[in-house]
Amino acid sequence: MRDILTTCVYCGCGCGIYLHEEKGRVTGSSPSRNHPVSRGNLCVKGWHLHEFVHHPDRLTQPLIRKKGRLVPVGWEEALEYTARELGRIRDETGSKGIGVLSSAKCTNEENYLLQKFTRAVLKTNNIDHCARL
Amino acid sequence: MAGLATTFGSGAMTNSINEIEESQVILVSGSNTTEAHPQVARRILDAVDRGAKLIVIDPRRTRLSECAHIHLDLKPGTDIPLLNVMMRIILDESLVDDLFIEMRTENYNELRDMLYRLDLEETAALTGVPLKKISEAAQMYARAQKAVICYCLGITQHICGTKNVQSIANLAMMTGNVEKEDTGVDPLRGQNNVQGACDMGALPNVYPSYQAVNNQDFQEKFARAWGTELSPEPGLSLLDMTHSGKNGPLKAMFIMGENPALSDPVLETVNETLANLEFLAVADIFLTDTARLANVVLPAASFAEKTGTFTNSERRVQMVRQVIPPLAGCRTDSDIIMELARRLDYPMNYESPAEVMEEIAMLAPIYGGMYHERLENCWGLQWPCWDRDHPGTPFLHKYYFTRGHGRFVPSSHQPPSEPVDEQYPFLLMTGRIYHQYHTGTMTRRSPTLNREADKALLQINRHDAEGLKIKNGEMVEMTSRRGTIRLSAEVGSEVPAGTVYTTFHYPDVPVNLLCIGARDPLANCPEYKICAVKIEAAKSKK
Repeated sequence: MRDILTTCVYCGCGCGIYLHEEKGRVTGSSPSRNHPVSRGNLCVKGWHLHEFVHHPDRLTQPLIRKKGRLVPVGWEEALEYTARELGRIRDETGSKGIGVLSSAKCTNEENYLLQKFTRAVLKTNNIDHCARL
Repeated sequence: MAGLATTFGSGAMTNSINEIEESQVILVSGSNTTEAHPQVARRILDAVDRGAKLIVIDPRRTRLSECAHIHLDLKPGTDIPLLNVMMRIILDESLVDDLFIEMRTENYNELRDMLYRLDLEETAALTGVPLKKISEAAQMYARAQKAVICYCLGITQHICGTKNVQSIANLAMMTGNVEKEDTGVDPLRGQNNVQGACDMGALPNVYPSYQAVNNQDFQEKFARAWGTELSPEPGLSLLDMTHSGKNGPLKAMFIMGENPALSDPVLETVNETLANLEFLAVADIFLTDTARLANVVLPAASFAEKTGTFTNSERRVQMVRQVIPPLAGCRTDSDIIMELARRLDYPMNYESPAEVMEEIAMLAPIYGGMYHERLENCWGLQWPCWDRDHPGTPFLHKYYFTRGHGRFVPSSHQPPSEPVDEQYPFLLMTGRIYHQYHTGTMTRRSPTLNREADKALLQINRHDAEGLKIKNGEMVEMTSRRGTIRLSAEVGSEVPAGTVYTTFHYPDVPVNLLCIGARDPLANCPEYKICAVKIEAAKSKK
């Protein structure tokens, strides 16, 4: 078993949490004793942070809508289709026709990349996230 | 965050979370801290144990309000009159910090003139709180050497959210309660990385580190760094996008890890907007209500499957470490974005998130010294952190405000956009509970959390429940001008008569169906906290 220190994904407190890993699965959470925010303490959501990671509802295959239904496809097809459609709409109706929502759940690096993608590739500043909700 | 940005210059907590426990007076407004920010609540309660005084401003009775020395149970939506009365009393009692105002702020005279024109009795009556009680609270706050104000969405999710925040900033500056350790104004951020997403420029008007897109210097800087032309026009905000309707300007959307089909107000319009797009792509870890409407759904990796950083409410940038590789079939969001960029002839070749962070450090001054190898070996760093040797900044505005001088922005009362009437006699407030989180995408799939709180409850006052012949636990129908939802009643005395309260965590009880689209004109924050509803016992008992 390994314990790996990471940061909680729920509220803005940002507790330091050890996730327990056994045989490729995340099996438990416990607080970091020396972390300045958590100080050996977690709320109920933190103690059960690991529970959704392996939930059977996790999406594990890209889906594309065909004849009104979402059907599983390969990554190549899904990425190709997404890039083609975004590129087509950018070129045909203009950049203003595309909107992007980033996420307060994703990392800084991912948020940086997505706003860069929106501004440099899609050529629009139509990017926001749920800061106010 | 427009409120603090216009007054102080930085829309973020001025203190560190741990400083709260050293404060002498803590004023909490519009925050159910014990449930929504448990660690902050712990610091507040520790401070109270040590003899600090606690003032809670909240229309509801909460666990924190029960520990408070003074609970100002104002009528919903009357924060500005309440704060104005407090400031007038501080003025009358000569508790103003003249030196601080003179040295560090501007536009004070406008505030003072407005306060002198105020009719104290009349304004206090608007709030429903006795003048004497407000006066005690005002003096308690103003007489403290070290005082902090913590506020949350109970302040911002109003049509006058920005003005509410500015009023809070006025109160703090007038008494000199900023710039010092254990003293300041602390907006508590609701999401783990909402601070970071803002810092990274996931906003329509700014690049990373709040550099305006319509400023030519910044635009040239980013255009040069990214090797491409950039649009100088600020973009659409979230609600401009999700509320644009059938004939809106958007033809396509790309949504990463958000669920507007449940989290945004007036869900009907949101669904109409999303359903009428030519193309919708969603990257998420579960099939959310938003993903169900998509043309393409991309399975993303969860936080346990990737490396990167989150920025918490106190501006602390901390490592998120990969515990397991992405589940079979999933990819990280960075991976997805880089793949799309490559296919659109703009290769982004980053070896690792650490390399992305190096680019951020180069372009975003407040993150100038944030490198993974530094963050790896400490408990994170608090921005602004200007360079590799900078130790980070535990509290802001020491010696000078980010914008130079702190600016007083006086405001007067703005009634809620949808007052109660005969047909819709109750005010509905919404918020969070301890065991669930946001739209429940994660917590509803956590068996233990779900066991503790598995359905939405509508808090209703005992007297109102008696009048409507509703018993505890009974199903009720709640209707606003926009829709109806059914949920169980929780009869008690947490909410005052005439108001009801529930949460938005449950997809089967989409309370945002009822909320209004009215929003703050500056911050674009929707008025989630107040709309008019009627309550009836459900016809068919289920």
